[in-house]
Amino acid sequence: MTIRVGSWSVRLAPRALITGAALLVLACAVSVAALATGEYTVPVPDIVAAVLGQGPPVAELIVGKLRAPRVVTGLLVGAAFGLSGAIFQSLTRNPLGSPDFIGFTAGASTGGIIAVVAGGSAMTIAGGALAGCVVTAVLVYALAYRGGVQGYRLVLVGIGANALLLAVNSYLLTRANINDAATAGAWLTGSLSGRGWDHALPVALALAVLLPMCAYVSRPMRMIEMGDDAAKAMGIKVEAVRAVAIAAGVLLSGVATAAAGPVIFVALAAPQLARRLTRSPGVTMGASALTGAVLLTAADLAAQRLLAPTQLPVGVLTAAIGGTYLVLLLRKERH
Amino acid sequence: MRPAEETAVPVAGTGEEAGAARDPGRRGRPAVLATGLVVGMAVLALVAMASVALGARGVSFGTVIDAFLAPDGSNDHTVIRELRVPRTLLGIGVGATLGLAGALMQSLTRNPLADPGLLGVNEGAALGVTLALGLFGLSDPAVYVWFAFGGAALTSVAVYALASSGRSGSSPVRLTLAGVAFGMVCTAIASAILRMDAQTFDRMRFWLTGSLAGQTADTLVRLAPFMAAGLVLGLMLARPLNTLALGDDAGKALGVGVNRTRILTGVAVTLLCGAATAAAGPLWFVGLIVPHAVRAVVGPDQRWVLPYSALAAPVLLLAADVAGRLIARPGEVQVGIVWAVIGAPIFIMLARRRRVAAL
Repeated sequence: MTIRVGSWSVRLAPRALITGAALLVLACAVSVAALATGEYTVPVPDIVAAVLGQGPPVAELIVGKLRAPRVVTGLLVGAAFGLSGAIFQSLTRNPLGSPDFIGFTAGASTGGIIAVVAGGSAMTIAGGALAGCVVTAVLVYALAYRGGVQGYRLVLVGIGANALLLAVNSYLLTRANINDAATAGAWLTGSLSGRGWDHALPVALALAVLLPMCAYVSRPMRMIEMGDDAAKAMGIKVEAVRAVAIAAGVLLSGVATAAAGPVIFVALAAPQLARRLTRSPGVTMGASALTGAVLLTAADLAAQRLLAPTQLPVGVLTAAIGGTYLVLLLRKERH
Repeated sequence: MRPAEETAVPVAGTGEEAGAARDPGRRGRPAVLATGLVVGMAVLALVAMASVALGARGVSFGTVIDAFLAPDGSNDHTVIRELRVPRTLLGIGVGATLGLAGALMQSLTRNPLADPGLLGVNEGAALGVTLALGLFGLSDPAVYVWFAFGGAALTSVAVYALASSGRSGSSPVRLTLAGVAFGMVCTAIASAILRMDAQTFDRMRFWLTGSLAGQTADTLVRLAPFMAAGLVLGLMLARPLNTLALGDDAGKALGVGVNRTRILTGVAVTLLCGAATAAAGPLWFVGLIVPHAVRAVVGPDQRWVLPYSALAAPVLLLAADVAGRLIARPGEVQVGIVWAVIGAPIFIMLARRRRVAAL
């Protein structure tokens, strides 16, 4: 199915559209469940009223001040991780290519820990995480650059950087005083608890800018998946597209980590789940973002309710998801 | 890519090279290499002395010797006999096992980037140990080492299967990514388990980054038989691995049981990595860099690569441990961190330089 407006055309696959709509509905359902349940149950009509600003005061307080920021942050962070994962899996042509493994998330953690140790506020920690992620990405890109960046070299250099940064992180944690170490440790597991609107806003802005950018480069990236030479022959500026894509992916994982801490494995699992759901030949940006949003909010809901009243950090749940995903990948690809 | 780089195949090497030791023109080589092993042992003894003498509290070599010949129960003598000596011996054991394990893995997978830590085997073993200590409350090293073996065996099989699935088959990059992915899942689950119990977390925090500190002589005694078994089995595999380097078919034609060699190597790697991780936590890069350096000196013949790796790794591991003790006096930096800081740049260099197979 193709839509044309003048010289512009967009190709749409019906199955992808239906899957996208279904994911959207699912995301809404999970969000409503997260808004409604908890220690104090808010009936669904009250939620709608509270969102519109006309609900009972208790519902407005609980939904508007406590639960909604957390749910919205979860949706946005999940979408950002999903999108970033889609970019790196396409670039590395590997279902395991994920910002979690090639140092970017670890770099963000380093920045975050340094900010914690320096005694920073929540905003400083977020800034530190973003800076750490970007600095790591620039270094990895520069080290992997030899007349162009090959996907595999980016992965290997990134894995080296990841190992180095994980060691630096544990060094910083052992040097820090016990209070800082506990704060940093809690942030490092990845958690959505206590997130306010000021956490959600930067991610929303980043998505608003970067989502169109990703949509723009997604076609040429599909070509690059077929090989640099083939893409060049079709008139694609391979290095330029790759640089833009890497920049977008790094910024997305940076702001997402800044907001929620290094929640690993969402970026790994979301694009492949989305690919299977849409039955598309490669990774798809929009569906990956939606899947990431659903995955993270569902994982956060489960983390809150599974062992209630004990609250698990969402990172523990996503690690379990990551493990399950790897085993599924193992089974699927064997046949 | 320049031709010079294409010929620089880093792994086990070709058959001609493997036979070079028997080449008439290089008849003197085995004698030289054997002498090298003896020199290596002398260096190891020196580093071990340094490891016993140096630390947060420096001790003179004279006092070290007195501590063995005429222990007088003084503070220095107690530190040496009860802390430094077990730690040094543990370092030698862990270094030898990881060095040999790395060499075996690189030879078996024909992958220049294989390393027990990088491929997730050590993390799998660490998860096993964490389960045993954190959930089941087992505290005897000779018991929980079996959990380490289980974790190591499961992850190596899973990583290898994941990397060789799909149409393109196993490549160094696929194998490394699969290993890192599995390793991170194992580490995430292990730290989640540890976080549930503050006491265990505090005790195992340093172990989880890789550290030789805090283990008693008892741990060493309980783990030594497993390390020794792994070392003996691993060293015995040199000849069949040399033949397998020619390719599976050539190996079969020359009378080597291909599957038998693979399984035995897997068993050896599991024993070595499991015991090393139970002792010192998941260490990265020891098994990657040492065999690389060794091959550059002795060539691709596994009969020399394996023993040299097992000898050179403890030298470097102890040196790193001593460095970690000296740079942060009166505290110390865990040896796992020191190794990562040294090892990661070397890994990046290898990844940049070598023409490892594309994805």
